[in-house]
Amino acid sequence: MPTHTVILDRADMRRTLVRIAHEIVEKNPPQTGAPGFAIVGIQRRGAVLARRLQALTSELIEPPVPLGQLDISFYRDDLGIRSRGGGPVSPVVHATELDFPIEGRTIVIVDDVLYTGRTVRAAIDELFDFGRAGRIQLAVLVDRGHRELPIRPDFVGKNIPTAQEQRVNVRVEEIDGYEEVAIVPGDERGRRAA
Amino acid sequence: MTRHLISIEDFDRAGIERILDRAESFAEVAGREIKKVPALRGRTVVNLFYESSTRTSSSFELAAKRLSADVVSVRSAGSSVDKGESLRDTIQTLSAYDPAAIVIRSPYVGAARLVAGWTPASVINAGDGKHEHPTQALLDVFTLRRRLGGLDGANIWIVGDVLHSRVARSNILAFQRMGASVTVAGPPTLLPRRIEALGCAATPSLERLGEADVVYVLRMQNERMQEAFVPSIREYTQRYQIGLDRLREGQLLMHPGPVNRGVELAADAIDSPVALIGEQVKAGVAVRMAVLYELLVGSAMLAEVA
Repeated sequence: MPTHTVILDRADMRRTLVRIAHEIVEKNPPQTGAPGFAIVGIQRRGAVLARRLQALTSELIEPPVPLGQLDISFYRDDLGIRSRGGGPVSPVVHATELDFPIEGRTIVIVDDVLYTGRTVRAAIDELFDFGRAGRIQLAVLVDRGHRELPIRPDFVGKNIPTAQEQRVNVRVEEIDGYEEVAIVPGDERGRRAA
Repeated sequence: MTRHLISIEDFDRAGIERILDRAESFAEVAGREIKKVPALRGRTVVNLFYESSTRTSSSFELAAKRLSADVVSVRSAGSSVDKGESLRDTIQTLSAYDPAAIVIRSPYVGAARLVAGWTPASVINAGDGKHEHPTQALLDVFTLRRRLGGLDGANIWIVGDVLHSRVARSNILAFQRMGASVTVAGPPTLLPRRIEALGCAATPSLERLGEADVVYVLRMQNERMQEAFVPSIREYTQRYQIGLDRLREGQLLMHPGPVNRGVELAADAIDSPVALIGEQVKAGVAVRMAVLYELLVGSAMLAEVA
């Protein structure tokens, strides 16, 4: 089995995000009198992709699309379980920023990889603590399958069938210094569910 | 990160900064429509207060509730707990509820440390006699860091009844760990002997108060004074009360509360914009959420990574 298979390179990622941006605008056309959609990324790489999608969609419509980010750490469903075993998690602190009213608005949640769906569940829960969004949609760069919850994406960059023990690594310039989506063989940290 | 929060001495700078960073996330939660996150859902936090308290007990209670924990508050002001034995019985009884954390305030030095040995729960010291009040120190550092950007090189004066103050002890340690230099000032009878051993300077005079970037005023603790430490409150007021007349432009004023208005602080200073007292109270909830979260969730995660 190859150790490291690149699925999307820098140019592919750019093209994919441009397409998703168009799809988002197509599905949520501006309507007079109604608040438009907002883009909200899940920390950390989802937030990076959200920033790009916000810029891309804002080129297509007026006024600029509001941007937010969610840190779902406090909403994980495995907080109590982790201390009794399970994979280690990043102890790094990030922030939730949603400085626009979400009441009645369409919120497009953005994440890099959709896997079990537990992260998205946590993000939806967190959004509800800010108010009652009109609609919530989901955009992901990669859908790798193996859902454990009834969650499906509205916008998908690429469907990548994977084995559970494999990992899908999304690398972005802002955090990693390079751009790439790759499948790598899993290690014991392979199942980072949330 | 340890499992308990007993003393600032147990925390290095990185440990303090970790809690403050976490507290920033929780400060954001306080600005939300629904000021609650599910992080400690299903866990129990016991607040055990053997001394009167408004802000510490209420902010711990609110902190635990905003993390979705179930909270039991036990108060026994003027209690029957005079002996270690009965405190131990109380802890054993409460431990039967399988709490994740016990927050304890006691008039006895070392009570929190003792309790930590008697229960499987994480123990948080909310003040033990004249010894320490670590969450107060953390929220003060948090408040100052927000205002100044950082404490490195800051000159902080702690003024007043240092002898009876657990806040002074915790804050001297915490401020210094964060890079500030600390001077304590007050009547010689209210400065503990050899307080310099903690690394701070000590002076009975306020002459050089102008050098301070931050003036941290302590409460006159009449309830802890069994003898006359100052000739009269009036004399103390004349020599050591901090009012706007004693502060220069640009200095920040802090006080752990509750304030004896007109004793250690003049009314004009309390209500002036240089006073951070309201911000300190506000910081209390976010910082205590961070402490609970780090002890009950964060440290377990860290231990695994290690």
